[in-house]
Amino acid sequence: METIYLDNNATTKVDPEVLEAMLPFFKEEYGNPSSMHLKGGEVAASLRQARLSLAALIGCEPHEIVYTSCGTESDNAAIWSALRTQPDKKHLVTSKVEHSAIINNAAFLRRLGYRVTEVGVDRLGRLDMEELTRSLTPDTALVTILWANNETGVLFPVEEIGALCRERGITFHTDAVQAVGKIPIDLKNLKIDMLALSGHKLHAPKGIGALYVRHGLKFAPFMIGGHQENGRRGGTENVPYIVGLGKAAELALARLPEENGRVRAMRDRLEEGLLRIPSTMVNGDREFRLPNTTNISFEYVEGESILFHLSHAGICASSGSACTSGSLEPSHVLRAMGVPFTAAHGSIRLSLAITNTEAEIDKALGIFPGVIKKLRDLSPFWKDGAPALDNALLTCDTSCQVCN
Amino acid sequence: MWEYTDRVMDHFENPRNVGVVSRIDGEGQVGSLSCGDALRLTIQVDKDRDVIEDAKFQTFGCASAIASSSALTEMIKGKTVDQALNITNQDIADFLGGLPREKMHCSVMGQEALEAAVANYRGLPPRAVQGDVVCHCFGVTEQEIEKVIRANRLTSVEEITQFTKAGGGCGKCLPELEAILDRVLHKKPSNGSGNAEKAPPKMTALKRIKLIEEVISDEIAPALMRDGGDIELVDVDGNEVVVALKGACSSCPASKRTLADFVTDRLRALVDPNIVVRESRS
Repeated sequence: METIYLDNNATTKVDPEVLEAMLPFFKEEYGNPSSMHLKGGEVAASLRQARLSLAALIGCEPHEIVYTSCGTESDNAAIWSALRTQPDKKHLVTSKVEHSAIINNAAFLRRLGYRVTEVGVDRLGRLDMEELTRSLTPDTALVTILWANNETGVLFPVEEIGALCRERGITFHTDAVQAVGKIPIDLKNLKIDMLALSGHKLHAPKGIGALYVRHGLKFAPFMIGGHQENGRRGGTENVPYIVGLGKAAELALARLPEENGRVRAMRDRLEEGLLRIPSTMVNGDREFRLPNTTNISFEYVEGESILFHLSHAGICASSGSACTSGSLEPSHVLRAMGVPFTAAHGSIRLSLAITNTEAEIDKALGIFPGVIKKLRDLSPFWKDGAPALDNALLTCDTSCQVCN
Repeated sequence: MWEYTDRVMDHFENPRNVGVVSRIDGEGQVGSLSCGDALRLTIQVDKDRDVIEDAKFQTFGCASAIASSSALTEMIKGKTVDQALNITNQDIADFLGGLPREKMHCSVMGQEALEAAVANYRGLPPRAVQGDVVCHCFGVTEQEIEKVIRANRLTSVEEITQFTKAGGGCGKCLPELEAILDRVLHKKPSNGSGNAEKAPPKMTALKRIKLIEEVISDEIAPALMRDGGDIELVDVDGNEVVVALKGACSSCPASKRTLADFVTDRLRALVDPNIVVRESRS
């Protein structure tokens, strides 16, 4: 059976050109770039080239890039550097819809005595800019807000946030793991101090990430060790993966028009087609959004069940339902947006990439209605092709935090 | 990805006994749409032999919830009602070749739906909310938690969450779960928060009937009157208390369940935890 992979926000397929570029560094080009000999020298040259390619993708200087092992490490490095370089400031501002790398650091910082403000979002997942502005104080060490939401694709106004922070002398970090490679990014024209990115979201392998650190920003390393990365991240460079990320960045830059043209058109066609299924809605702002992502709720059915039926038919997707998250509550992003529980449990995220084809979209559009119908036929909340709203189980009588 | 057995996937992909039985003799509904899983079980019973002739389900939930429901209907068909009641949540999981620990609450949901359907068939009020609600996120009571701990020999708070969902929301009740677990494992007496734990006071049959009368006239009836209803004590037979509902209550099917819960709850709390309330059919 042919696989239709629509889960590219989870991870992407390594591009064959990326793999090809990496292979020599597992074989003959095994030198340590720090070594003062021939073997080290040729590898160091390849690293410089890779750094140039990544810098070109995000519009920064090569020396502003610090390689890390993943997006999560980049986020950790950014947060802890900001706090350690400003030891007198004890306040952190973030949002309610961040990645767990940020959320769990924020929770940990609270326990350490820091004050944390989590700015909310509206029904469309748009950041409450008034609340954000109000929350900034002289005690604020760091604002960390993601650029593109991994679940809904909604984009936050980082340009505006950066300006607010800069005026007040507050460090601004953005987790741009989902944004890099999907939308044009030009850091030299933005007031962003640090930015986290991850290789495996843009067709490089898992295990490589990077942190942009604005020239002139005080930085304290998270990984303490040798002089690598200008003393900002100890540890021998992960040479093959850095080269792979460089190649992926080069390809992503060249493919940005396609991502925002063909991929966006496929996403829109898929979304429009799925919205023809009754009791279906899109979660998140459809205007200001990544070109590849849609988050759709199929009401009165549960997400994990949808995923298993889709998987059986060859479609790979993900869900914000409670059952798939490993926790018992639906996605914190959808709850922060106030998506009604009738819809949150049945939410499906479809995230495309340039590897997808029109034929795949056609096939997916053919498979979805049958899957949803099959599950609704089982559901006590669905009767004769419409919601059975008289069912007493629609709500429970507890003061349930899931619904509230 | 969850590791489901082939049997779970088979019952999920090809669920047995979907729908509603042609003659509903008993009906049990548990869970809710908001909580992420809900199950409606209907049974048709051969009343002469007390045998479940047919059982059907409708389920909203994940693959293991659907598979557990399907398994349950297969397991109870052809059994006497008493035999069916002996089925535990572990039996449902075993029938499916096992469930991931995090999904055991799906089997508990099946077992609860069966209990509710049988109670409904026997004309008993639905199981009342007994004891205090411990987990407010998922509405799980102390008594439910204790029962599942004992039935499944749970030894950790994490397992309580996997089996009952309690503690899986905001997590505020985790210390309380720890205390309940500790109490059950070490057979310590209740800290007094759960009424169901109190030993029934010793009293004569006459005193007991008088107390029931008092509770109904002083505690329960005034509460019902505020909503335009009333209640009358018809009979007391051992632990069974027969009542008649009057006024607004008697014609409002939606309020009946809450009402039965309320009446049972008050009588169990103030008279005897073993009391069963039945509505007079006359």
